[in-house]
Amino acid sequence: MTVHLIVNGVAHDLDVEPDAPLLWVIRDELGLTGTKFGCGIAACGACTVMVDGEPLRSCSAPVSTVEGTQITTIEGLSANGLTPLQQAWIDHQVPQCGYCQSGMIMAVSALLAKNPHPSDGDLKSAITNICRCGTYPRIRAAVASLAKA
Amino acid sequence: MRTRRAVLIGGATTAGALVVGYALWPSHLLEDADTLDAKPGERFLSNWIKLADDDTVTIVIPHCDMGTGIYTALSQMAADEMDADWSKVRAEAAPAEKEFANGPLIEAFALNGTEVPSFLKGMAASTFRMLAANVSIPGAGYVPQITGGSSAVRGTGVFGMRVAGAAVREMLIKAAAARLSANPAEFHTEASRVIHKSGESFRYGELAREAAAYTPSGNPPLKERSQFKLIGQPLQRFDIPDKVDGVNKYGIDTRLPDMWYGAIRVAPVFGGKLVSVSDAPVSRNRGIKKVVKLDDAVVVLADRFWRARAAADSLQPIFDTGGNGNVTSDSLRARHLAALKSGDIKSDMTVGDGADALKNGKLIERLYNVPYLAHAPMEPVNATALYKNDGTLEVWAGTQDGLGARAFCAEAAGLPMEKVTFHLRPSGGAFGRRLPGQWNFLTYAVKAALQCQGTPVKLIFTREQDMQHDFYRPNVTSRFKAAVDADGMPIAWVNDYTTDDTANPQAHIVYGVPHQAYGAVKVATHIPTGPWRSVEASWHGFFIESFVDELAHAAGKDPLSYRQALLKDKPRHLGTLTMAADKAAWGTQMPPNMARGIALVECFDTIVAHVVEAEVADDGTVKVHRVVSAADCGYAVNPDGFKAQIEGAIVFALSAALHGQITIDQGAVVQQNFPDYDMVRLAEAPDIEVYVHESDARLGGAGEPGTPPLAPALTNAIFAATGIRIRDLPVDNVRLGKAARQQASL
Repeated sequence: MTVHLIVNGVAHDLDVEPDAPLLWVIRDELGLTGTKFGCGIAACGACTVMVDGEPLRSCSAPVSTVEGTQITTIEGLSANGLTPLQQAWIDHQVPQCGYCQSGMIMAVSALLAKNPHPSDGDLKSAITNICRCGTYPRIRAAVASLAKA
Repeated sequence: MRTRRAVLIGGATTAGALVVGYALWPSHLLEDADTLDAKPGERFLSNWIKLADDDTVTIVIPHCDMGTGIYTALSQMAADEMDADWSKVRAEAAPAEKEFANGPLIEAFALNGTEVPSFLKGMAASTFRMLAANVSIPGAGYVPQITGGSSAVRGTGVFGMRVAGAAVREMLIKAAAARLSANPAEFHTEASRVIHKSGESFRYGELAREAAAYTPSGNPPLKERSQFKLIGQPLQRFDIPDKVDGVNKYGIDTRLPDMWYGAIRVAPVFGGKLVSVSDAPVSRNRGIKKVVKLDDAVVVLADRFWRARAAADSLQPIFDTGGNGNVTSDSLRARHLAALKSGDIKSDMTVGDGADALKNGKLIERLYNVPYLAHAPMEPVNATALYKNDGTLEVWAGTQDGLGARAFCAEAAGLPMEKVTFHLRPSGGAFGRRLPGQWNFLTYAVKAALQCQGTPVKLIFTREQDMQHDFYRPNVTSRFKAAVDADGMPIAWVNDYTTDDTANPQAHIVYGVPHQAYGAVKVATHIPTGPWRSVEASWHGFFIESFVDELAHAAGKDPLSYRQALLKDKPRHLGTLTMAADKAAWGTQMPPNMARGIALVECFDTIVAHVVEAEVADDGTVKVHRVVSAADCGYAVNPDGFKAQIEGAIVFALSAALHGQITIDQGAVVQQNFPDYDMVRLAEAPDIEVYVHESDARLGGAGEPGTPPLAPALTNAIFAATGIRIRDLPVDNVRLGKAARQQASL
């Protein structure tokens, strides 16, 4: 059974089960390890990618449900250099261990694409990813700097 | 493990400037290091420092990167003493080789005083032999490359990096002096150049080869604090760019050709064994390679992780319970209470008349409890192991001790150390989970790999397996008795507590109470425990700061001024506490349902005070709006990085205080994943302000000390807002709504 996926603009024909989770196909079949495994049940957001611009927790999405879509991973986000959001993450020294940050950055990027000037409240209601290092205050500061720009 | 770590790293010692370099290598070990870790055109000039012909300075860090920013802070310390041009400085992980052990540095720091421990004095070679002996005896309890105890900057940095940097600077000056046949005193250094008083100057890189001919001094002069150029600067972290674009490679990202992926099911009850399992249900599934039966677990290996995990989930292994199948959280609680009523409490320390002084005042008695907690780092524990056809073993994983992990894997495989290579990877969070003593993920990966010679095996714990097979922050119960005088001030302070280990000095108070007594009683359980960010301070901090707050309220006094009165002989503590209170505008009016709480804890040589501003809604929902923190770690090597650690510790501790509890039923952990072991997310995260209270104390730790004062500051705020005193965490378990408040006020 062949599954057709478009990831970061590249089309792939993959011999995987239709119910294989998108996360593991991205990581193990395509070798794109920037997208992380955190919980496996869409509870933490470490595996967030963008599907047609919408954030998706890939650990719980069967690949068959995203055939024909444009999938963007953290590797695709910065294919043409760092985005302003990624630069803001550096400027505000957001990451600590960094493990959740791919998913965090993808989720916030999806928010900013729709709402370039989110309020602190918009951010808090839209982003429910977990960061165990507790980088939330810096995430808020980084997003606030972009929202003002 | 906890005990050993506490002894090595947690000991309180006196402040004092120290100028030692006994851990510097003699030249033959530098040659070993060159062979192991130098690239063409670069060489080691001293421990931890490589200098290349092109001026690049590489600081070799004998610690893991688990997100605390130490690669940058330690590099600042070495580069400052070296007078290196910061733009030429980078950092890399030390290999898991005994030449790069940090043990002596941490030992030196623990033994600190003002002189070199005699067994090390002037004897770098003997240091080396000591390490070699210890590393080659797996399980000896020695932790040679550890990252823990908030010890990197104050141990490795102070005793290793600064000394090594200063020694390298001296060697470079000697090389320049030789070139000009001049007196070394005629030179100074600046921005990676050695400059003669005539104005003639040399790049560090061009002197590197000649400088390497000199033996590093064990006792080079170090800078005064006023001379620092890099230490004390909020420099950007080296590791962050690779953490915003998915490039940073954690253990779980290890990829090897034709690798198999492993999913595991461990006996649910700790100590239980695998009785039987049939692999028939999965043996014909796509991609399944092997079902490995271990003593207490079953591992399914497949060509892809999702296939391994699905197969592991569908197996029906039978495990026994090791006789612990009836244990519950309630039965454990009963054990703790019985222990505190038993005659088995062992006296730890007495001050003044101890418990005898309880009769001299009005008695106040309280009982507190904290639950088990999981570490739950974002990267579930995992390891990749390859048992090669030539009989050697190679392992990749994030741990908090690369060299120790290598020794551990060697023992698990029954191989000599030299047949094992360990590749230390950055950790996606650790918080103590990846310290020695908690390496079940290494054991299982190595055991599985031994059965698949020639094929690499990546074993990943699912979140559920990670949460149910952790080494938990222990459940602890603590009883306090105080006698207070007519003003409500404590005359006697008596504290007995349960422990999974031994008595710990973290129970000892900083407050000026004339008569004190402490006792501990061990409660043995089958639940594995381990260090969790801030270790003993995480529970004793909650207990002490809750009880002192209760005493203040019982006295009808303001909790801040009550503490200030008890700290009048402790200027650093008093200053830190007062700074937090002032910055938070302590005492000013708050909106309805809102209140402030304060707490102060010293651990890992750093004093931290938090003021929590909490709102408790009519329905009992708790919302922390702001945390204002003051911290005295002497001075911050990287102030922005230090603040980030305090911020992170506050959020970490808030998750635990509000939501965190691991409960036990039928001998096993009940919680499985983030829905039932929930974390603070953006919406719940407070505004945080961190202020550094500078002092001339010796450097304190950064990673852990922000954790302990949060829970008591929060529950103290909740008491001030509601009149309900929380003596048993987490907050989620306690009803705080209007009805409960009326009940409490009756």
